[in-house]
Amino acid sequence: MARLNYLRARLPLGGTRSNQATMSSVTLPKIADRPQVRTFPTALQIQDMLFRLATRGFALLVLLILLGIVASLVIGSLPSIHAFGWRFITTETWDPVDNVFGALGPIVGTLVTSVIALVIGIPLSFGIAIFLTEQAPRWLRRPLGIAVELLAGIPSIIYGMWGLFVFAPVFAEKVEPKITAWLGPLPLIGPLFNGPPIGIGVLSAGLVLAVMIIPFIAAVMRDVFEVVPPMLKESAYGVGATTWEVVWNVVLPYTRVGVVGGIMLGLGRALGETMAVTFIIGNSHDLNLSLLMPGTTISAALANEFTEAEGKLYTASLIELGLILFIITFVVLAISKLMLLQLAKKEGTKT
Amino acid sequence: MIPLYLRRRLINRFNMLASLATMAVGLGVLGWILVTLLQKGLAGITWPTFSQMTPPPGSPGGLLNAIAGSVMMTLGAVAIGTPVGILAGTYLAEFGQRGWLAPVTRFINDILLSAPSIVIGLFVYELMVVRMKHFSGWAGAVALAIIVIPVVVRTTENMLRLVPNSLREASAALGAPQWKIVTFVTLKASQAGIITGVLLAVARISGETAPLLFTALNNQFWSVNMNSPMANLPVAIFQMAMSPYDDWHHLAWAGALLITFAVLALSIVARSLFRQKHKL
Repeated sequence: MARLNYLRARLPLGGTRSNQATMSSVTLPKIADRPQVRTFPTALQIQDMLFRLATRGFALLVLLILLGIVASLVIGSLPSIHAFGWRFITTETWDPVDNVFGALGPIVGTLVTSVIALVIGIPLSFGIAIFLTEQAPRWLRRPLGIAVELLAGIPSIIYGMWGLFVFAPVFAEKVEPKITAWLGPLPLIGPLFNGPPIGIGVLSAGLVLAVMIIPFIAAVMRDVFEVVPPMLKESAYGVGATTWEVVWNVVLPYTRVGVVGGIMLGLGRALGETMAVTFIIGNSHDLNLSLLMPGTTISAALANEFTEAEGKLYTASLIELGLILFIITFVVLAISKLMLLQLAKKEGTKT
Repeated sequence: MIPLYLRRRLINRFNMLASLATMAVGLGVLGWILVTLLQKGLAGITWPTFSQMTPPPGSPGGLLNAIAGSVMMTLGAVAIGTPVGILAGTYLAEFGQRGWLAPVTRFINDILLSAPSIVIGLFVYELMVVRMKHFSGWAGAVALAIIVIPVVVRTTENMLRLVPNSLREASAALGAPQWKIVTFVTLKASQAGIITGVLLAVARISGETAPLLFTALNNQFWSVNMNSPMANLPVAIFQMAMSPYDDWHHLAWAGALLITFAVLALSIVARSLFRQKHKL
């Protein structure tokens, strides 16, 4: 009986065909005259509700994880927030012996390495995306795309080891002296490139980061380039535009929001990247004008010092570093997500 | 003065060559890293590497305890993260048409997807390690699970959306309750895609080092007790590579080779599995 009730509830037309035939010939009593039957949810309806609630609960859990991360970081960093206040992000003293901590060094290091990574990574990813969507022969596109995705799959610790043991020596011997010789004497930007050619430092960390974020940015760019309606491109080709002109004047304006979204996604990755940077940045809390000198980033400081940190204030300061990192990446990733959503909406209205 | 037509062609030629060059740089770096790994790591792929414990510097040894620890924590993370991810993804795809929860969850999930993994390590440290007062394999598994969840949520939702609505309507017409439609029809139809997602998640976590630093820590000895600090490949590699000892470096390279090829193999298997299913 429960089963039957359930079926009636699901079928809005009610009854079978023969039923309907008789119904049309009989005058139906008015609804108010019918005996009121209170319907209780049937077993199946309850099962459905439970299932729906269960999935809803797990969706809520995803939100709770985010709230939990924020809450635990805030609680963990309370001692250092009380002790230092805003001074924490404006001073660079990092002195575990005297318990004085300022996060300026790691914050600046995080931003500078990420900017270097973007400056080098954006043109390279753009070139790769163009190659994959416009130039490569069709049969080559898939394997090349997979190769780029494999680059994204290599664990960051491998990039770190490669950076420290293979890249840094080559960089110190072959590239850094030349950088200093060419760019060092220049006014204004000269001091950025004067420094000892030791291979590890902010610039090398930025370069390794660039290699790591290229696959992410290139993949997003390729995906958004592919949504450009072929008709737009064909019209441009039809009036005689070259491939480059099509890319620059048709594809790029059409996908601008998505491209920026992809870049922000790469930036989010670069900001939070830990292991690759830890290996190669040299871990120094002192701020240096030269990009060839060692520095540190928030994540590298955490990886190096957290397990060895003694004392409440030291630990709390490190957790506050983590909180700052999380806030920065959250904002960057949120902007990236919003921009990609905007492009998706545009795509939706066009088709 | 170069004629306009020639100039346009030259600009085009130059930029297309530059684009080709960037592709070459990308592939070159990939090749360089893989060749380095093979050169330095292949010598370490010997039987003792798989049969002995991580040694103190100066004596022979292997990576057995680290490999076992990594496998156990990865399995734990998948066991915790997959059901959560699949159910949450199901909500987003099947029940999330109305209300605020689905769009917000989708947004937050995408942010968690690229959240810095070291912050997730800090979170689990605060959540579990501080309370239990010791590092543990479970804490490591939970940290990895938090990385698994967003990946699985994302793929589950995407795969469920690929299932044609007529399948849902057909089963509803037969009188199936919604939970049966979802579990026996739509989830079943997107099985291959979801398994792909789980494999990709495993590939992602098997190389993760940062979240394990403050949760599972490391352990130089054989231990299968998930309640105590646990050895794992990434952290073992990190400590050995940062050490000044040559024989530790060799082991670290062997471990690095193992991880990289495991990860690459996993993602290739996942992709081919997915493609096979969708060709049909």
